[in-house]
Amino acid sequence: MSDAILEPPATTEPEHDPTLTPAQEAIARLKALYPDVISDETREGYEGVVVYADSLPEVAKSLRDDLGFNYLSSVTGVDIIDEGKLEAVYHLYSINRGGGPVVLHVQVNREEPLIPSLVPVFRGAEFQEREAFDMFGIRFLGHPDLRRILTWDGFNGHPLRKDWREPFYEEEHKPFGSRWPEGEVFRAEEKTPYGKNVQYPAGWLPTGDEYDAETDVYLGLSYSRDATPGLKTDKVTVNMGPQHPSTHGVFRMVVTLDGETVIDLKPVMGYLHRNHEQIGERNTFIMNMPFTDRLDYLSGASNNLGYALTIEKLFGLSVPERAEWLRILTVELVRISNHLWALGFLLNDLGAFQTPMLYNYIERELLVDFFEALTGSRMMHNYMRFGGVAYDLPDDVRGIPTLKFLEDMIYTRLPRVLDQGDDLMTNNEIVRARAIGAGYLSAADAINLSTAGPLLRASGVPYDIRRAEPYSYYDHLDFDVAVRYNGDIYDRYLIRMDEMRQSLRILEQLLPHLRRTQGAPIIGDKPQYALRAPRGGEAYGRVENPKGELGYYVTARRRDGNPQRYHVRAPSFINLTALGPMCRGYKVADSVAILGSIDIVLGEVDR
Amino acid sequence: MTVANTGALTGDVAVPDELANNVFIGNIAKLLDPLYNWSRRNSVWPMAFGLACCAIEMICTASSRYDLARFGMEVFRATPRQADLMIISGTVTKKMVPTIVRLYNQMPEPRYVMSMGACASGGGPFKEGYNVVDGIDKFLPVDVYVPGCPPTPQALINGLIALQEKIDHQSIATAPWYNKKDPTAGIYPVPVLGPDLVDLRQLDLIRQEAAKRPVEDPVAAAEAQPTQPPDVEAAPKTVEPQ
Repeated sequence: MSDAILEPPATTEPEHDPTLTPAQEAIARLKALYPDVISDETREGYEGVVVYADSLPEVAKSLRDDLGFNYLSSVTGVDIIDEGKLEAVYHLYSINRGGGPVVLHVQVNREEPLIPSLVPVFRGAEFQEREAFDMFGIRFLGHPDLRRILTWDGFNGHPLRKDWREPFYEEEHKPFGSRWPEGEVFRAEEKTPYGKNVQYPAGWLPTGDEYDAETDVYLGLSYSRDATPGLKTDKVTVNMGPQHPSTHGVFRMVVTLDGETVIDLKPVMGYLHRNHEQIGERNTFIMNMPFTDRLDYLSGASNNLGYALTIEKLFGLSVPERAEWLRILTVELVRISNHLWALGFLLNDLGAFQTPMLYNYIERELLVDFFEALTGSRMMHNYMRFGGVAYDLPDDVRGIPTLKFLEDMIYTRLPRVLDQGDDLMTNNEIVRARAIGAGYLSAADAINLSTAGPLLRASGVPYDIRRAEPYSYYDHLDFDVAVRYNGDIYDRYLIRMDEMRQSLRILEQLLPHLRRTQGAPIIGDKPQYALRAPRGGEAYGRVENPKGELGYYVTARRRDGNPQRYHVRAPSFINLTALGPMCRGYKVADSVAILGSIDIVLGEVDR
Repeated sequence: MTVANTGALTGDVAVPDELANNVFIGNIAKLLDPLYNWSRRNSVWPMAFGLACCAIEMICTASSRYDLARFGMEVFRATPRQADLMIISGTVTKKMVPTIVRLYNQMPEPRYVMSMGACASGGGPFKEGYNVVDGIDKFLPVDVYVPGCPPTPQALINGLIALQEKIDHQSIATAPWYNKKDPTAGIYPVPVLGPDLVDLRQLDLIRQEAAKRPVEDPVAAAEAQPTQPPDVEAAPKTVEPQ
């Protein structure tokens, strides 16, 4: 399978119908193959097909092997409480042909939600199905390790079900009556008996069992393999995190070791689970924009863009030209700033303690200054709006006229920094010795594990959403999709250098457009706060974030001011599915560097 | 070092004239306090412990441009046992708070807690979420609150200077960490995770509330019978924040 990705399509592949998109063609063929279990989606504004639950693995296998839709991007649950149903939604893409998704909807009874697991077909579904189980209580039959992932074992209820209520519950939707139009200030703590954000089931009494909620993590670990054949050795289980300097935040790895060799590794997450989706479903559409900044807090504007694109798709809004150029400008600058940070930390994990980080921060601070002048905030940009952007370029940054500042950065300063990084680090002997060959991930595995972004492209899969399914004005811009073929830590380092250079290429092409469109409108004239969905339906928008494919799945009912379902397909979260397979067999010190090479941000992993 | 000799030379201590230049008679606290606090305030070692977005600004504060080393605070320690200051830099979740309290208990006295940003101080934008602790001060004594979402490095440095001022006003004579009658003083009970976060200091309240709202389902009621209630007396006592 890995060879097939790099070579031209096999001759046995049937001729494609040029009038149909790859997704339409696949759906048509799927209907011909499985007429009994697939039906058309009849709801207003929905795409894709409805699949009978028991046949889902068969249909998915056929999509993967016969129809070329071999990349399972997103799995999520939806609670349709009016009809007494729970729904699982799958988005599949074709790596070879690009284009839009094949969307599969599977509906089951709310009382007994059983769906066959897709993990045997797409291993990338593992964490996403666990999340859907945690949030909705959908039981995935045949899942190897179906435990709660973001909350803890023993948590009461499934929080994203529409009839579940949080301790500080006020109303279904904002704006709450307590705040608008005649709001009175009160503290939510005053309304619960405990003075805290907690609630317990009726009549619940502490039993002492609460102290042991962790055993299942250890039971799932494999102790079987001997690192040195013929030698009987003891296996040791080590917890790294949640407070650990190498885990880039509150992330925990449970590692089984034989000597220094990693036998098995399980990520444990949820230590920063701050209920993004549940709060998002109470919020109005525009209220979610500042929350998206806090997902991947190193690339705020890029997260904004994904959400804005999704809502524009749902509402059918168009964006003025200058706003598109400004969007690309901020997103590409964010990509550079994120990669500078990521490389600093990766080298930190490889043992170049602090020094490369300090060099990269100097440049990042320049970019942060630009964002502060543009948006008013260093990290939380809150820059995009539906149908445009919030602000035009400022007059000056650090006392230099903005376009001059950008010109200096793009033509002089940043290229010099990248060259300097190459001089100092890329051919450094220790970096090469530590990074080359460690953490190998094959192309076939990378696709099957649903990895995205630099991780996928470093394994030799040239898949970049800016090219595969272009958004904004990326199809007007000239750049190459960076790709490397060895799939190790070193290639993940190099590919980030490559991507920064490609971003600079894009930015160079932007400057004339920014000059030409000076003074042009940057947003439509529709007020943002009062937006209501003109039609019901679903929308899935995705962008190539610095970390990978960031997707938003939003459903709404006609005339509603709030999303019914708001789901974030977080690249860091799904890339972590590959962490265990990548670490097995390497030394424990390598596992730190492998984690660094994935480049996770916990705000996005746990949401 | 010159120290104002405030202890008056009284009649009951006679110092021979030839020794007058070599003998100091005065208030020991006033001599030692400036020295003691001067050395502590300029070597506050924070714990390398980032929770969320605020941690990024904390790292920026410590690195090239803002250079926390100017205040003697650049030594971020990865273990709580070497740290003086815990910067709660981000959203505290229910899943994380047992770890945070345990880390705090492992820090040696004197120790300080800084609540950085809106989330740590009161839940911030995520307060209404079901997994978010609405302020770390519900569980730990906080010395300095820094507002912002996230606070800029300048704001964090301002908070650290406020902490230095707080240290300046402490006295070795009255420092609570040298006057402990109760060895468990300053140890905070680690919350546990049940159906929701359980603060062990609130067990009585939880029992009262459970009595008010009895279980409706008889089967569930049979299961919910407490088999072995946790020993409230054994739970460590708490002290008021200094």
